[in-house]
Amino acid sequence: MPGLLARVYITPKRGILDPQGKAVQSSLHALGFGEVQDVKVGKYIELRLEDAASATASARVREMCERLLANGVIEDFRVELAEERR
Amino acid sequence: MRWGVVVFPGSNDDRDALRAAERVLGDEAVALWHKDRTLGGADCVVLPGGFSYGDYLRCGALAKFSPIMDAVARHAREGGLVLGICNGFQILCEAGLLPGALIANRSLSFVCDLVTVRVETTDTFFTHGCRTGEVLELPIKHGEGCYVADEGTLAALEHEQRVVFRYTDRAGRPTPEANPNGALRNIAGVCNAGRNVIGLMPHPEHAVERLTGSVDGLRLFRSAQSWVTRGVAAAPARSAPG
Repeated sequence: MPGLLARVYITPKRGILDPQGKAVQSSLHALGFGEVQDVKVGKYIELRLEDAASATASARVREMCERLLANGVIEDFRVELAEERR
Repeated sequence: MRWGVVVFPGSNDDRDALRAAERVLGDEAVALWHKDRTLGGADCVVLPGGFSYGDYLRCGALAKFSPIMDAVARHAREGGLVLGICNGFQILCEAGLLPGALIANRSLSFVCDLVTVRVETTDTFFTHGCRTGEVLELPIKHGEGCYVADEGTLAALEHEQRVVFRYTDRAGRPTPEANPNGALRNIAGVCNAGRNVIGLMPHPEHAVERLTGSVDGLRLFRSAQSWVTRGVAAAPARSAPG
């Protein structure tokens, strides 16, 4: 029976300090990857959902992000939905 | 007065806060379990430091949904006193009771130190016994203490004198060197628009007895005590050391 897989990508908002990204960038530079212009370190969250219309699921996952998974003061989020066979 | 100290799973400064209120100030103090739905008649509710819910997801992100937080929000809305220390500050920001957020220290290192902060306003229950510009010595210990907010929010905080504490050197200068975590504008503590909800990263509850160093935290707790027990007036400004 098909279910839904929601992939949630959470990244630091533009303009918000990202000390982790800065540290990773300088390590990459030290390793010789000088072409790296900017690094943002965020979070990836997978949610497996019971079968539902994807419009409903999309709205529900966005609400999850707004209420818990991301903090709108410092983070942006992006959701991808895909059907999944189990 | 009566203090209520919320204990979340992972709180670890609740005992010191209770001890400061009970043994040092001589007030009543009760521990409140995070699953409680009332505040036990507390005049001031303290959200203590620690690592509630293991700091999972984001510091304070899960604690804001603890059952007691509805009562804390109601207390705040009704003008009751709320004090968030360290993780408590993070929880208040996550819960939207204070503006902004606390992110990883710019150094990416946990910092444990004795720092100096300047009292930026005496127009709060927690600082009215101090003098504006007075420098206090308080301990810090945190990995995510870098205060951030958008420019509009920061400008409003400054304009409304809602920055309560700022990291400075001993002379009261907010230098980059005096900033232990990269907080924007050296902000160490803020209050809400009603001035009855305060959050700060430093730990006044660890600075109430000579044995453990500074006693400057005591002045802040005494401010709250006199605010509640005697009305707004009270606590004379410090002239002698201590």
